[in-house]
Formats: sequence, C-alpha cells, structure tokens
Amino acid sequence: MSQNGTLMGFVHRRRRGAELFLLVLALAVGIGAYAAVGLGVEGSVPADLVAYGGWLTALIVASHVTVRLVAPYADPVLLPLVAALNGLGLAVLHRLDLTYEAIGNDQHTFARQQLIWMTLGVVLFVATMFLLRDHRSLQRLTYTSGLAGIVLLVLPFLPVIGSAKNGAKIWIYIAGFSFQPGEVAKVLLVIAFSGYLVLHRDALALAGRRVVFVDLPRGRDLGPILAMFGISMMILVLQNDLGSSLLFFGLFLVMLYVATERPGWLVVGGLLFAAGALAAYTFVGNVQNRFNFWLHPLDYYDQTPGSGQLVEAMFGMGWGGLIGRGLGNGFPERVPFAYSDFILSTIGEELGLTAVMAIVLCYGLIVERALRIALISRDGFGKLMAVGLAAIFALQVFVVIGGVTGLIPLTGLTTPFLSYGGSSLVANWVVIALLLRISDQARRPAPRLDPVDDGAADSEHTQVVKLR
Amino acid sequence: MSELTLFLIRMAFLAILWIFVLSAISVIRSDMFGARVPETARGGAPAPAGRKASGKPRKPRRGAPTHLLVVEGAEAGARAELADAPLLIGRGSDAAIKLDDDYVSTRHARVAASGDEWFVEDLGSTNGTYVGPVRITQPTTIGLGVQVRVGKTILELRK
Repeated sequence: MSQNGTLMGFVHRRRRGAELFLLVLALAVGIGAYAAVGLGVEGSVPADLVAYGGWLTALIVASHVTVRLVAPYADPVLLPLVAALNGLGLAVLHRLDLTYEAIGNDQHTFARQQLIWMTLGVVLFVATMFLLRDHRSLQRLTYTSGLAGIVLLVLPFLPVIGSAKNGAKIWIYIAGFSFQPGEVAKVLLVIAFSGYLVLHRDALALAGRRVVFVDLPRGRDLGPILAMFGISMMILVLQNDLGSSLLFFGLFLVMLYVATERPGWLVVGGLLFAAGALAAYTFVGNVQNRFNFWLHPLDYYDQTPGSGQLVEAMFGMGWGGLIGRGLGNGFPERVPFAYSDFILSTIGEELGLTAVMAIVLCYGLIVERALRIALISRDGFGKLMAVGLAAIFALQVFVVIGGVTGLIPLTGLTTPFLSYGGSSLVANWVVIALLLRISDQARRPAPRLDPVDDGAADSEHTQVVKLR
Repeated sequence: MSELTLFLIRMAFLAILWIFVLSAISVIRSDMFGARVPETARGGAPAPAGRKASGKPRKPRRGAPTHLLVVEGAEAGARAELADAPLLIGRGSDAAIKLDDDYVSTRHARVAASGDEWFVEDLGSTNGTYVGPVRITQPTTIGLGVQVRVGKTILELRK
C-alpha cells in the first residue's frame, strides 16, 4: 500500500477538460442515436429532440459540475462511458417503444420511464458525491451494510411485499412501486466484503496447509466462504435466479482472491460452485431447461418453456451482420423482453456487430478504469471496494452478454445502463459515484511533507525519511 | 426517406460511436504517459527551499492548532510548538518530543503540515501509530483534539 502514483514517477492531473470533451461526444452518441431512431422509424427528426436532448444535457452537465466541485481529481473516462451507454440505451428503448406502440402493445413508455429513473440515478449520484467525502468512512458500516444487504436479499420471500415475475422471485412491491432489492444489495455486499476482508485478510492469507501444489485455507477460516456459498445457493434454489446467484458468489470469490493473493481460495470456491451447479442442474428443473436451450436451441424453438427468445435473438443478430439493418429496419419485437435482458440483440440487429463491439469495449474500459483505481488507491479498503465494483460489472456483463449471444447458458441479469430497469440503473449510478470518489482519493497528489532533515550538522545519523 | 440516406445515417452513427470509444482510449493513454512528473522526481532541490522561505513566517490562523501536547503516558504535559514543524516523535535524542516509553521506537512518527492541514506519519515504527482506533499506513490528517497514540503515549493537537 505505497503511494504508487509517486513511485511510478508522476502525479495525476485533474483532466476535467478531457472529461468535458468526452462528455460532449457521449451526448452526441446519445442524442444522435435518438435522432437516428426518429429518422429510421418515422422518417423525420423527432419533434421533441430539443426537449429530450436538453434534458439529457442538463443531467450530464449536473453530474460533470458535481465532479468538478467535489472530486476534481476523479477519473476522467468513467462518467463519459456511462453517459454514452445510458444515452444509447434510452434511444434503443425509444425505438422499441415506437414499434410496441405500432403493434398495439400495452407497454410502450419504457424510454420515458427510463429517463425518469436516469434522473433519479443522477440525483443519487450527485447526493453520493456531496455526502460521501471520503470512502473510508464506509468502513465503519461493514457489518451494518452486510446485514442490510442480506435483509434486502431476503425481502422478496416475504409474503405481502415479495412477488415473483417471470419465474424469478426477486421483486418487491411497496405502495405501487416495484423494486429489485438485489441490485442495491450487491453494492452493500461489496462494502461489507471489503471491510471484512481488509481486517481479516492476514488470517485468511497466512494460515493453512499445503496440499500437493495448492495452499489450502484453514478449516475455521472457511466459515465466511461457506456462509456466502449458502446465501448464493439460497438465492438459486428459493428465488430461482441463476444469474444473481452466480454474481454474488463470483463477486465474493474475486474479492477473497484479491485480498489474500491465494489461488487456494479459487480452487475451493470453484469446487463449491461446480458442486452447487451440479446439484442445481440435477434438482432444479429450470436450470436443466436453461442448459438444454443453450446446447440445442433449435430443438426447443416452438415449445413453452422453450428457447424461442434465444433463437429469435440469434436470428436477429445474424441478420444484422456487420453493420446492422439500421435503426427502425429490424424486427426486435420478435424477441420477448427485447427491452431488458435482450437489449443487446436489438442493438446487434439494427446497428450490427460494429456497435456491439463498441459497447463491449465500453464495458471493458469501465472495468479497466475500476481496476486501475484499485491499483493506485492508497488504502486497502478502497482497493478492495474498487475491485469488488469492477467484478460486479465484469461478471454481470459477461453473464448477460454471454447468455444473449449463446456463449453460456442464459441467465436473467440486466445489462448495466442499457437495459430498462429502474433499480439496476439507479444502483449503477451510485456504483459509479463510489468509484469516482475512490479514484479522487487515489489520484489526488499525496500531501507534501517536508523530509525530516535537521540540517547538515548531524546528518551522520539523521537519514532523510522518504514518504513510503 | 431513401435507402441511401438511411445507410449514410447508420454509418454516421457508427462512426460517432467509434470516435467516442477511440477518444476515450486516447484519454486513457494520455493519462498514463502524458502525466506531469513531480518536482521531487526530477531532483527538485529548489522546490523545498522555496517552500521553506515562503512558509516560515506563516502566522497561525485563528482556531488553528499551535502546539502538540502529550495528554497521557509517562511524559504527560510535555509539549512541542508546531511552529518548529516538522516534529519528530520518538525515543531518540533528535526527537522534538522525547518519550521515555518502551513501546515507542527511536524514530516513531512525525507531525508535519501541508497547507493548512496537519498530518501525522508513521516512520516505520515497531508498534505502529494509531489515529483513534485505526493503525495508520499513510500520512493521515489530524485535527484539533484527535488522539494520536504511539506506544503507551497519547498526543493531541491543541490550540
């Protein structure tokens, strides 16, 4: 935990100008996509382009000004990446709305609702940046946030407010609003894991014995990993949600590995996960279906439950090809849930592989920036938190894009910032606020302390102490 | 709207998307290689000299701490003026506050200013320096009345 910035021979600049430049480009992506949707679907520039563009610009300017005010050294690339993805997602949702309206679907206001959620997300982003001036104060909330996270995960089981939607029991309904508590829980669990691991990593890292080539951890240290495994399995079996279960367990494993630098944990965790997946495959019918749809999608095309959704998405992406059919010229309405889990297939169909690659690259850059923040962060808690938040993004994007493109069995997770979904969008904006806060602390030049030097007189036994 | 126009619109949008991604990458690149090298790394002897000259006659602001006081331990009551900063704390003879405490290292910690803020920094001591309940690993800001523990001794900034 040294001051890597100075070790590497440079201090970071503020780069707020670069951020502004990238934000202008990101706005061009978002508003340009909105205009292209209007031109492609209706043949004219949308009438509300100015109002829509103005609103989007206001949100982006608000977040940029916030960063300038309270986190001047924060990473310059994260916010533009998020703004571009969010803007593109809004435009694609608007494109789906126009088609859903035309074919008489009840729900055709996804883009409008998503814009409201984005506004709420930006408000929470600004609030987090202003209220949380030092991420290390979150370390005090280690156990509180752990408990809160687990309570949130259990909420959907409660009889009155919990509810199942599309087979997965991950929703709660309060006063007419539906909400996915798991999205908030993952942020809280990252805080809890970081706080716990930064204190206990020595015990987890050093104790244990060596079997063959692998350092196995001590039996009594297995407690937390078993507890986390139990919670993941509970989500899988009771909530019927393979994606979240994978996300939570994978997140814990990544953080454990990063904290202890011991591959032994990966072996133990991998074995546990394999055993759990095997058990789930054998006993949970849903999981078995998912595997079959993945291996032989065309065999289950017109069955219910079947792989129609996955196959239609593949047809769409195949038809889209390298540069796509153009916004408005595809048939994304053939894919159920094209607005949430399968939004990437819509993009693949209408904007082609070129746009999908750009989007995957954007996610890659977000993860890269988060890991870079972890590398240069000066305190262990910040490091672990940045790694955990990076792992959330990486796992979530891998699971959902891998599922949509048929690389791995399909599991329901939202595509961060692109998919329609209020809880996910709001939670992800807060995640970005936390990352920017850590990066502001990490990139801020170290306080200049004069070296201890009591003059040349007694320099024989007075060494110049360098900042370490 | 003709087929060609739609094609051009699509290509223009894909171009904007990629221009954005490539600009983001180039900002990351310049962030890595184009960063400013600090003066100390360039062998900057003049910088500390200049700072010392300008920093010496600094008048303490109202409400700013003026001295470091030992509030608990064998040397309770001993104090050092912050005007002499940076202050070395330890058992050694060159320490500004010389502590007779077996759990304190010869050169244990030091207190120094950066701007208006005061920092305490551990100098690789055996038993560590604590600000509140937390063992510090990097220079840490301390305000008035924050308890800094070295060995069995507790120090505070006082007005």
